[in-house]
Amino acid sequence: MFLWFHKLGSPPHFYRIAGKWIPWLTWIFLALLLAGLYGGLWLAPPDYQQGESYRIIFVHVPTAWMSLFIYVVMAFCGIVIIVWRMKLAEVVLISSAPIGASFTFLALVTGSLWGKPMWGTYWVWDARLTSELILLFLYLGVIGLHNAIEDKRIAARAVAILALVGVVNIPIIHYSVEWWHSLHQGASLTKFDKPSMPPSMYVPILIMALAFQIYYVLALFHKCRVELLLRERNSKWVEEL
Amino acid sequence: MTPARKKRLFLISLMVAGVAVGVGLALKSLDENIMFFFTPTEVRAGKAPGNKLFRMGGMVVNGSVSRPGDGLTVQFDLTDNERQVTVKYAGILPDLFREGQGIIANGKLNGDGEFVAQEVLAKHDENYMPPELAGMHKKDEAEQ
Repeated sequence: MFLWFHKLGSPPHFYRIAGKWIPWLTWIFLALLLAGLYGGLWLAPPDYQQGESYRIIFVHVPTAWMSLFIYVVMAFCGIVIIVWRMKLAEVVLISSAPIGASFTFLALVTGSLWGKPMWGTYWVWDARLTSELILLFLYLGVIGLHNAIEDKRIAARAVAILALVGVVNIPIIHYSVEWWHSLHQGASLTKFDKPSMPPSMYVPILIMALAFQIYYVLALFHKCRVELLLRERNSKWVEEL
Repeated sequence: MTPARKKRLFLISLMVAGVAVGVGLALKSLDENIMFFFTPTEVRAGKAPGNKLFRMGGMVVNGSVSRPGDGLTVQFDLTDNERQVTVKYAGILPDLFREGQGIIANGKLNGDGEFVAQEVLAKHDENYMPPELAGMHKKDEAEQ
């Protein structure tokens, strides 16, 4: 297990493995996406209060989960970078940032489009919405800081620190709806109680969440391969390709 | 783990813990500003700012919605299951507004202790269900 992990950490090995996985992941992602959308937009019943407009949940909730998940991955990479100085972790961290920023942006936009008809407003400065907006700025900060430093190994250490400082925001986002009075509703699924919706609604959400997870890995592999080639362009294994 | 790595892990954990404590204390002291709304009980207890705009959240009391006078102004009572405050509002109500629904109103108290709202937002709860199931749910409640 450890040996396998160690091997995966070497850039040429990762480059090859990721390349092999990409076509498979693409098909799995497309299949899950279609299944999730069909389940969510056709099979799931309308909501008793919101009617059909609640269906944005099938995109909004998984994207919001991904926005948190990717940040946690980045913070984990941050620890690996600072403690073990592993090159691949640097590549994973910086390649994750734009993907995470996109998911955060989508979560904010889909939420806002739902908020207008349901709440009566596109935006309010409540705890959940504000902390999610801060998350977007953290992602943009990571991207900006990385671009600002010429030496990519030093840049990686700087963004690792920023990613770790920002990870404090993750529990704040999750618990914001419990700690403070907010306009955003509480969690329907991510809690220890039984879900506050029937399986015909939450199963498509979970399928969509899995589809987005696979999409993240897929996009990450693509971006990491490009980043690896750029960084190692003078090394022997790249010349041999 | 080599001593150098141990030291780095220790330092980085210390940093994250320090930031967490700092942010925690800051949020604790900002608690009242982060609260999006006051409850009717808090408003009755005089905790809400007197002559400034503030938000009040609660449930619309069943059977309290009326349109007195010109028909443009809506009047209803808002409760947190302890105390009630009467709200007056002239404007467009969101789709989810109905009796028994959680809402948040932005406005001021007038001299009679009534809340004059400038904006009414519906607060959705975390429950989602199909219409048939909601009908059964209501029947269950009626039977109890």
